[in-house]
Amino acid sequence: MNEADVPVASPEMFTLHVNGRASEVRDSWSGESLLYVLRERLGLLGSKGACEQGECGSCSVLVDGALVCGCLVLAASAVGAEIVTIEGIAPVGAPTDVQQAFVDAGAVQCGFCTPGLIMAAHSLLAANAEPTELQIREELSGNVCRCTGYGRIIEAVQRVAVQRRGDSSPGEQL
Amino acid sequence: MSVTVAYSLDHALSHLATHPGATVLAGGTDLMVEINGGHRGASTVLCVNRVRELRSWTHDPSAGMLRIGAAITYAQLMDEPLASLVPALAQAARTVGSPQIRNAATLGGNVGTASPAGDGLPVLAALDAVVHLASASATRDVPFAQFATGPKRTVLSGDELIVAVTVPVLQGYQGYAKVGVRNAMVIATASACLAVDPTERAVRLALGSVGPVIIRAAEAEAIAAQGVDFQRGSVSPAVAHEFAAAAQRASQPIDDHRSSAAYRRHAIGVLAQRLLFRAFPEVHS
Repeated sequence: MNEADVPVASPEMFTLHVNGRASEVRDSWSGESLLYVLRERLGLLGSKGACEQGECGSCSVLVDGALVCGCLVLAASAVGAEIVTIEGIAPVGAPTDVQQAFVDAGAVQCGFCTPGLIMAAHSLLAANAEPTELQIREELSGNVCRCTGYGRIIEAVQRVAVQRRGDSSPGEQL
Repeated sequence: MSVTVAYSLDHALSHLATHPGATVLAGGTDLMVEINGGHRGASTVLCVNRVRELRSWTHDPSAGMLRIGAAITYAQLMDEPLASLVPALAQAARTVGSPQIRNAATLGGNVGTASPAGDGLPVLAALDAVVHLASASATRDVPFAQFATGPKRTVLSGDELIVAVTVPVLQGYQGYAKVGVRNAMVIATASACLAVDPTERAVRLALGSVGPVIIRAAEAEAIAAQGVDFQRGSVSPAVAHEFAAAAQRASQPIDDHRSSAAYRRHAIGVLAQRLLFRAFPEVHS
C-alpha cells in the first residue's frame, strides 16, 4: 500500500477495485456496507444479503485475499483493497472446479447460500489441500444453508480435494 | 458522516486529535452490525485496520513478553507462531464467530468494545495483560483489569487509540473454555480462562459473561495455589470442587435474553473445574 496516508475525503464518491476492475461508487451514503454497494450500486447480485450481521455468510467475498462477510465491511473503508466476488472467480459458462463439484454432488438446492459457500470452499481448499470432514465443517461454519443439511456440500469439497490431488500428482496414477 | 482510512499511527492519532470521539473502525464485526441494524449512525469514522503499526506484533524472548498490535486479527492469533506463544488466546480465537469473522475481527476491537462476553478478554485478564493507549500528545499503559469500567464502558478517552496489548509468555498450562448454544457463531453464555504460572506456582482464573466486566476469581486462585500439587501436576477432586465453588461465588451473573443467572453460575463452576483438571491431569491419590 501507498506510503502516503489516503483519507477518503468524499464518501459520496469513491473507487473500489472489484474483480480486477476499478469501479466508481457514486451517491453512496457512507455507512453503506460493501455488500450493499456491490449489489445496489455496482449491480453485482451474486453476493447475497440475508442477516446483515455476519451470521449467515451468504455475502462472503475476498478482501485483499481474506474471506470476510461483505455486510460487515464498511464500503468506503475498502478503498485501495482488492475485492473479489463470486462473479470474479470464473467467467460465465466456465465454472471453477468447486462450482462444478457443487453441481455434480447436488450441493445446490435453493441456491441462496451457494455463492457464499463457493467463496468459502475456495478459501478453505487454498489454505488446506487435504481437509478432514471436521475441518471442512469448521471452516464452513460461517455459512448457513437451510436446504441441504450440508452433507452434499461437504462431499463436494471432498471431491475437489481428491480431484486436485489427482491433477497435481499424475505420477501416482500410473 | 465522513470516513477516513489511516495507514500510519501518526495519521490516525492526529485525526483523533482533531476529531475527538470519532468512531474507530477496526474489523467492523461489531460496529457494522449496529450500523446495518440502524442502531447507530456514526458521523465520523476512522478506519484503523490498515495502520501498519497496529498490524504487527513483537516477541521479546528474553523478557518473556509478547506485544500484540491492536489490529492483529483472531485468524492470526489462531495461527503459528502466535498460537504457541499464547495458546489460550488461540483457543479463544477459535471460538470466535466463523472464519469470515476471525479474518476481520481484531484483538484491539475486542478490548475496545469491552463486552463482558468478548472471547479474548478472559485470556487477557488471566494473563494480567497491559493495554497500551496513545493519543497525539501522550501514551499510557493501563492494566487490563482497570481498562473496562462496565459493560461496553472503558477508560479510553475520545482522542485515544488502543495501540497494542502486552502479555507474558508463560510456560505452564493455559486454556480457554466456553459455553454457548452451538460451537460456531456463538456469543459466550459463560467463559473462563485458566493460566498456570509455574515459576510463581500460581493459578490464575478469569471469568467472562458472568458479570459487568471480566472477573478474576481471587479466592479460587488462592485455593488452587494452596491445594494443587505443582510437583506432580495433580489436584484432588476435593480441591477442584472447592475451586469451582469459589469461581461460582466470584461470578455475578444476570438473567437476560441469552441465559439465566442460575445457569451461568452453574456453567462457570463446570468450566473452572474442567480447566483445572486439564491443567493438572494426573490422578491425585
